[in-house]
Amino acid sequence: MSFLTYFINGLSLGSIYAIIALGYTMVYGIAKMLNFAHGDFIMVGCYVVFTVVSTMGLNPLVGIAASIVICTLLGIITEKVAYKPLRNAGSPLAVLITAIGVSYFLENAALLIFGADTKAFTSVIKWEGVILANGALKIQGVTIITIAISLVILAVLQTFIYKTKAGQAMLAVSEDKGAASLMGIDVNKTISLTFAIGSSLAAIAGVLMCSAYPSLTPYTGAMPGIKAFVAAVLGGIGSIPGAMIGGLILGIIEILGKTYVSSQLSDAIVFGILVIVLIVKPTGILGKNIQEKV
Amino acid sequence: MSLLEINNLNVYYGVIQALHDLSFHVDKGEVVALIGANGAGKTTTLHTITGLIKSESGTINYDGKEITHVPGHKIVSMGMAHVPEGRHVFANLTVYQNLKLGAYTRNDSKEIAETIEMVYQRFPRLKERRNQFAGTLSGGEQQMLAMGRALMSHPEIILMDEPSMGLSPIFVNEIFDIIKEVHKSGTTVLLVEQNAKKALSIADRAYVLETGKIVKEGIAADLLNDEDIRKAYLGE
Repeated sequence: MSFLTYFINGLSLGSIYAIIALGYTMVYGIAKMLNFAHGDFIMVGCYVVFTVVSTMGLNPLVGIAASIVICTLLGIITEKVAYKPLRNAGSPLAVLITAIGVSYFLENAALLIFGADTKAFTSVIKWEGVILANGALKIQGVTIITIAISLVILAVLQTFIYKTKAGQAMLAVSEDKGAASLMGIDVNKTISLTFAIGSSLAAIAGVLMCSAYPSLTPYTGAMPGIKAFVAAVLGGIGSIPGAMIGGLILGIIEILGKTYVSSQLSDAIVFGILVIVLIVKPTGILGKNIQEKV
Repeated sequence: MSLLEINNLNVYYGVIQALHDLSFHVDKGEVVALIGANGAGKTTTLHTITGLIKSESGTINYDGKEITHVPGHKIVSMGMAHVPEGRHVFANLTVYQNLKLGAYTRNDSKEIAETIEMVYQRFPRLKERRNQFAGTLSGGEQQMLAMGRALMSHPEIILMDEPSMGLSPIFVNEIFDIIKEVHKSGTTVLLVEQNAKKALSIADRAYVLETGKIVKEGIAADLLNDEDIRKAYLGE
């Protein structure tokens, strides 16, 4: 029974990675850039909830709403100010380095505003959870809600992308910006929308993560950000179901590795699996590779 | 008045000048061909007209309005569609999704469905393959899809860049027949081609481009018999 508990905890952690990875993968798929500051958006979202709920004493729902709004705006502004001017810079490295710069900027801004000490984050999920099998299996409320929310997000995103015009525009921009523009699609607006969605997902992931692991520092988002990047690559970067699968696999491996192998080695196992997948299938689990015909 | 009028257009790639004081016009209902060798500036001309490249100086007028500085994505809703060189279909989307994107600027779903039917009639092969990914189509079928996608916006004028490039002779004939049909149904055509013979055979008028300058212009049938043109472009 304890295996099942660990497995479910892995699913829950994996769901958080998956939600972060969805943002990574969408931005990569459409803007063709790796937003290494994505993980820090999570941290910003958490501090917003912390400020609204713990400092100002408002309802957690207000905190979550504020966090989503602020992260969305942060995503749009970051793209406009830091990334868009470099979009045609010729070298993809320019944007990559800038993203790392944005990451440091956000971490240090948080350090300046909130200080280096660890803040105790009050979980926004009050539900205790359920006890099954006569007390042998206890599943926490936050675990169940995290898994459920990630599934809802996946469903909403898939519907949005395949059923709406804005979603089709995203697919078109992700494949061919020039041709998309010829169809009448405003490429800049589409990229902006992608950043907005990705950043709002980071806010949601942040709230869920800090509810499950309630300690908050300016570096809270860094490691989950990297892990989610690994998840996105594992699943096939650019693929939305891939990000979901990659995130879940990563979470499960991490928790099971911590439990049964070694808590110190769990990260090494996670990254080791990435290396193996990249050797066997460089495009990731669901990565596509259709060749262009001449 | 011309439907499309280009005046003294200058375009640079960095320090290299691609177009020199280019001027030409396309009247409503015409098929106009731009012919010339590789690197003459044909594609650059089309890209500048539809806003994919910015010009240094000069003007582009369409339907009486200046569109020189109109951003690329706003051009199609003004009635100008562009079939790019190398087709540029969305390879990971289905034929149907590609066509729907061609109608991105239109909103009436009933009219869009009708236009899709019309495109399917003109290209029965696309109908057969409507649920296939565009990347799995043959080169000729992709060209048909690119043309069908352009027609989805109900254009007044259609700009075609090297539609015959890389196609088998059978497909080349088919594509040119379709261009003729598109023209017959009332759409003005600006055609860029390396296959000068084919292009001149269906065009009303033509311009010959050499290193970014127009070196010759005239009635297509006359150019087809022009000694210099025959030597330089028709391989005779």
